[in-house]
Amino acid sequence: MSSATPSPLHLAVALDGTGWHPASWREPDARPRDLFTAAYWAGLVTEAERGLLDFVTFEDGLGPQSSHAFDPDERTDQVRGRLDAVLIASRVAPLTRHIGLVPTVVATHTEPFHISKAIATLDHVSNGRAGLRVQITARPNEAAHFGRRTVRRIEAYDSPDALATVTDLFDEAADHVEVVRRLWDSWEDDAEIRDAATGRFIDRDKLHPIDFEGRRFSVRGPSITPRPPQGQPIVSALAHDTVPYRLVARAADVGYVTPHDADEASAVVGRIRAEQDTAGRASEPLHVFGDLVVFLDDDPATARARRERLDALAGQPYTGDAPHFTGTPSQLADLLQEWRDAGLSGFRLRPAVAAHDLPAITRGLVPELQRRGAFRRAYEAGTLRGLLGLARPANRYAAA
Amino acid sequence: MTEPLKQIHLAAHFPGVNNTTVWSDPRAGSHIEFSSFTHFARTAERAKFDFLFLAEGLRLREQHGEIYDLDVVGRPDTFTVLAALAAVTEHLGLTGTINSTFNEPYEVARQFASLDHLSGGRAAWNVVTSWDAFTGENFRRGGFLPQEERYSRAEEFLATANELFDSWHGDEILADQETGRFLSDAKAGAFVHTGRHFDIHGRFNVPRSPQGRPVVFQAGDSDEGREFAAAEADAIFSRHGTLEAGRAFYTDVKSRLAKYGRGRDQLLVLPAATFALADTDAEAEELAREVRRQQVSGATALRHLEFVWNRDLSAYDPDGPLPDVDPDIGQDHVSQGRAQVRMYRDPLATAREWRDLAAANKWSIRDLVIHTGNRQNFVGSPATIARTIDAFVQADASDGFILVPHLTPTGLDEFADKVVPLLQERGVYRTEYEGTTLRDHLGLTHPDHVRAERVAS
Repeated sequence: MSSATPSPLHLAVALDGTGWHPASWREPDARPRDLFTAAYWAGLVTEAERGLLDFVTFEDGLGPQSSHAFDPDERTDQVRGRLDAVLIASRVAPLTRHIGLVPTVVATHTEPFHISKAIATLDHVSNGRAGLRVQITARPNEAAHFGRRTVRRIEAYDSPDALATVTDLFDEAADHVEVVRRLWDSWEDDAEIRDAATGRFIDRDKLHPIDFEGRRFSVRGPSITPRPPQGQPIVSALAHDTVPYRLVARAADVGYVTPHDADEASAVVGRIRAEQDTAGRASEPLHVFGDLVVFLDDDPATARARRERLDALAGQPYTGDAPHFTGTPSQLADLLQEWRDAGLSGFRLRPAVAAHDLPAITRGLVPELQRRGAFRRAYEAGTLRGLLGLARPANRYAAA
Repeated sequence: MTEPLKQIHLAAHFPGVNNTTVWSDPRAGSHIEFSSFTHFARTAERAKFDFLFLAEGLRLREQHGEIYDLDVVGRPDTFTVLAALAAVTEHLGLTGTINSTFNEPYEVARQFASLDHLSGGRAAWNVVTSWDAFTGENFRRGGFLPQEERYSRAEEFLATANELFDSWHGDEILADQETGRFLSDAKAGAFVHTGRHFDIHGRFNVPRSPQGRPVVFQAGDSDEGREFAAAEADAIFSRHGTLEAGRAFYTDVKSRLAKYGRGRDQLLVLPAATFALADTDAEAEELAREVRRQQVSGATALRHLEFVWNRDLSAYDPDGPLPDVDPDIGQDHVSQGRAQVRMYRDPLATAREWRDLAAANKWSIRDLVIHTGNRQNFVGSPATIARTIDAFVQADASDGFILVPHLTPTGLDEFADKVVPLLQERGVYRTEYEGTTLRDHLGLTHPDHVRAERVAS
């Protein structure tokens, strides 16, 4: 046996409705009528915890799902409607003990003060298992749900206009995360003193205004919610190109990327590390996870046939931002190990059909990785930071 | 023939940032850790309470430019805690205070509709308003709202949220796996709202929740607040300690319902109430005195006097007489982020009144603050408290109470064990939950039925 045991893989799963394939809801075991119940989400998250996964993410959006990138649609043949991701995560927190809970928050239309206390509270109710996945929205129709600003409609991804709009929204998201993080630190860990002798409940010198002044907003602080158990819950973001890579490099603990092969994975990691250097964060730990949509079955032909059946139901082949893997858990384990060697530290798997592919991950892929010594056999830490091998950060405001 | 006894509604306020919580007691636990909320909520549910209530704060209170440190400071996020509590309770209603000033209707409507789904129909919204620039400094929009517009915005906020809730009718999700139709209506959730404060359109993305809309509470005693409650709310909070004051308020509020086409049972009056419970009445009186002394230290008394005087009074002796200087009636107040300050609209008159009271009773500053701030509504043995609560409700001084215990998280335990069984014996309080939703507990009609009746008539 080699003396240099490779560092184990990290595995997350991305939960979205009945699964990522638009026809997933038509699978017999998909339970589409239960999507708006707590029991449905509790079932998925406890299954993921059974598989010892690091965390689950919950997709969200401030408008109905759409098959167009920037516009709404009026389709009636796909899942439409969703519950607030932070509330789903909170609802399942008391039902689980180890798995990390990472809801999506949309930075474009939300208040960083509210988001900061919500995620801090998720961390309190889960005893240190909270994170967030920050997202922007460039959809004009979603802006119209708020009426506070207009977002210029993006006509083509590669136009200078699109780049300007997206850069602006990502810069704002970076400010949003900065405010959220400062607010988490705005209470020192030992600020609550309950000093009966002086009658003081807190030591007010250990509470700090954050005095954030940005281009789009300013926030005074301190937070209303004491520092969360992890100090800083996990911040994560999905990134497909330079502008979002920069957000990951500047602001995140985990970035999700979508390379299509090991070489591309290596190149993407390189670009993020370069941005990290530029941001002066080279020495800070930053996980880069590969995102994969997965169709898993015990033999490759069954997986392929299932994918084709779903595509036929949907009326067109399912494409999307992330690469698709269709095959067996063992083949997927091969691929994950190869891409891990290319520089990724973990993966966020998107089950094509939650009811089928999530159990295939927890009961097929995970045991396979365990046999190879590439995945944990028991939860080794009590917090999400602990599972990801990240230390609890010092408070930026605490006197040295 | 005797009328059937009125049934009492009880709810529990998780003690957070206020000046009733005794945090220095050795039994006082965390007001942040989820285990505290779980204990408190499960006790309330064991006692068959209608709901648990959470207040909200969006900026830490300050006095003389410094964070106020004598009361409990800090609280968790309302929605997040309530969603987590839905997992550890089955029947208990989950009421959250959410400010209509520093939020947007689309987002708040999503959160309440989500909470209602995730709790199986137990969500309630205590709509509050704000306008101060002090709180606004924590938000993108800042302190943008003129004071006189706060109810205008609150009303439009609630109306807009209702339009969003109603944009789904409840029959749109077909999820028909055979035909491939997920939605019956391509425009499910479509809305257009054009108004003074909100100009929004599009599609709401949460299907209709079990209660249709969350139950709506209103807190506030102003004329505008009462009118808002009569028009829009399902329940109103108040703070009327005496039977007479309670009856006057109750009569006034209920009489306002008719002009909105609403029946008297469509708005519940639920005052907040503290209690001191002990084995005997004498012990309870002693406990009440002790609790008040713990709640109002000398330092606290001086700080509270500053709410009226609007000056630094730290040089005064809390065990001595009231200041003979007059309140500063300047624009800026030494205390920020506190609703109490607004209760004293004429500080000079309040100061005169308090000096007279103190002189007549030989009260020190601390005595005065203890007596004028006294909200110890129910003091006594279990039998006395059960009898008193029942008397208030049967006399139409309220429809029940929202109890604010002075200890976190065990402050309800004794009430649940000792007072509730006596109310049940009297036949004025449920022994089991009859329904599953908060509307069921409160005896409120589902909004779809209200709408159907209006259409039919």
